[in-house]
Amino acid sequence: MNPTCIKIEYYSNHTTIYASGDWTIHNVPKIDRVLKGFSCHRRLVWDFSAVSSFDSSGILLFMGYHDKFLSHCRVEVVGYTKAQERMFRLLLAHKVDDLIPKVERGLFYSIGKNTVSSYDVFVKFVNFTGYIMVAFLRYFTHPKNIRIKEIVYYMERSGVGALFIIALTSFLVGMVISYQSAVELAKFGADIFIVDLAGISITRELAPLITAIVVAGRSGSAYTAQIGAMKITEEISAMRTMGFDPYYFLILPRMIALMISLPLLIFFADMMGIAGSMLASYLELGISSHQFLNRMQEVLDIKHFWIGIVKGPFFAMLIVMIGCFRGLQVTDDTESIGYQTTASVVNSIFFVIACDALFSILLTKWGL
Amino acid sequence: MKSEVIKARDIVTSFGETVIHDKLNLTVNRGEIYGILGESGSGKTLLLKEMIMLHKPTSGHITILGNELSNIDYQNAQKLRREWGILFQFGALFTSLTVAENIELQLKEYTDIDKRMRDELVKTKISMVGLPIRAGGLYPSELSGGMIKRAALARALAMDPKLLFLDEPTSGLDPIGARNFDSLILELKELLGITVVMITHDLDTIYSIVDRFCVLADKHVVAEGTLESVIEADHPFVERFFKNDYAKRRLEYGGR
Repeated sequence: MNPTCIKIEYYSNHTTIYASGDWTIHNVPKIDRVLKGFSCHRRLVWDFSAVSSFDSSGILLFMGYHDKFLSHCRVEVVGYTKAQERMFRLLLAHKVDDLIPKVERGLFYSIGKNTVSSYDVFVKFVNFTGYIMVAFLRYFTHPKNIRIKEIVYYMERSGVGALFIIALTSFLVGMVISYQSAVELAKFGADIFIVDLAGISITRELAPLITAIVVAGRSGSAYTAQIGAMKITEEISAMRTMGFDPYYFLILPRMIALMISLPLLIFFADMMGIAGSMLASYLELGISSHQFLNRMQEVLDIKHFWIGIVKGPFFAMLIVMIGCFRGLQVTDDTESIGYQTTASVVNSIFFVIACDALFSILLTKWGL
Repeated sequence: MKSEVIKARDIVTSFGETVIHDKLNLTVNRGEIYGILGESGSGKTLLLKEMIMLHKPTSGHITILGNELSNIDYQNAQKLRREWGILFQFGALFTSLTVAENIELQLKEYTDIDKRMRDELVKTKISMVGLPIRAGGLYPSELSGGMIKRAALARALAMDPKLLFLDEPTSGLDPIGARNFDSLILELKELLGITVVMITHDLDTIYSIVDRFCVLADKHVVAEGTLESVIEADHPFVERFFKNDYAKRRLEYGGR
């Protein structure tokens, strides 16, 4: 088989292009290179008798050059089979000169599009919040609608399931802050103040924040992906048409479950964080656990603990609302599920921190 | 010329205790449209998946275009994958790419042909399956069910395959669309000499374009051959499927 698939012979009164071998997609670029440099004059003969197989790219290549040569010389085609001719006719019938429309996306296009869609998402979110509030209030007038079984299920999934990772992170954070401050406090001989420092910062700020961030990453993303997948498979539409409001069936159970379990998780994180701090204080400053707990009883005002716990339901509400809202924003393509899940986690962590800042400002104003 | 494109011998597929296929045999010849028929749950799609190397049978041998699938190496498997085209039941177009990009993907990855030529090929395929050219710029989520099937067929045809697998090509299409799709497949088979293997429940498709087919039931191929010979087969499923009132009436009005 001729590896180049093409040979050009010049005769006195005409030129013949001898085609051979496979005029198929893998040889087409080679043939194309040979033909590119060739220009005919007077009479041209294409001889296809030695071609073993054609595919559509081979025929399209031939068609392109055939049209080109036809414009300035007499062309003859010989040696093709019936099947090849049929294929040629099929392709000729489907040759299109129109271009596939392409969407040009300039800078201004994307700025405009992003602005509009951000606004759109904002309006939708406000709308969504309204729905949730109404649905939530309706729970009180129709307590029969409360889906205890789902709520308990989600409490187990997002609450109990998160215990280990929350224990680990808060224990480590408790240890780390105590280690770091121990060195500084020891310089002033104020060793015992480590208890004040760790006690207040863990119960009031760190435990709620760590818990909320872990839960946002763990459960918020799961909510988005679950609801998003349900949207793609049209399960949500099916529920709606059967009269099962997704707000009651999907969102509120998750929200109530997390609003109950997040404060409990924060309490658990408090204990683990203090345990971590206790260990670090013992190792670094030699404060015994007995001393540590005694001091804590004296200095740690109960209000710090309660402030930490009270943040729980607020964070939970933010996480579930953002997670479920993002899930409902998923459209028909696979990329959007990834995009929305990322957005869900990023947004809920941001809003949890922003909400925490708001708490700090308000509570300071009120002198708590 | 009668040569075998696909030969499946003694295929056994089981999941734990559940046996789906029990020593199943079938043969597909070059240049024919071969149908696979069977009840829901008889393992048709699984059989197709085994042929296209998405699932390994528990035991048995499948030979496709001269390649024995049970001990094929990576290189040959990749080569074989370029020689066939597959139309999945729900299209399975890549949702992040436009229709044109979906069709172009294999051309771009596996060949050196230039952009101009690729565009030319893509446009021809789009037109061949009966889509308007502007559909090339659309994303799969913007297409209707029938258009998705056509676009997916165009993608399956991108590399000019010798072998085409179709999973329920006419399901979800309206009757007219389904018949058009049938004649399109027939035309492609006749003009391009493609061998087609399809899973179908569609009586009209079986009567009008399928050359030979097999019936899967009770974990076996209970009948294989042309319509005339399969109808003769003595099996409850064949009875139910071909000897009901609708099928009889359909048969009287003639096949081709």
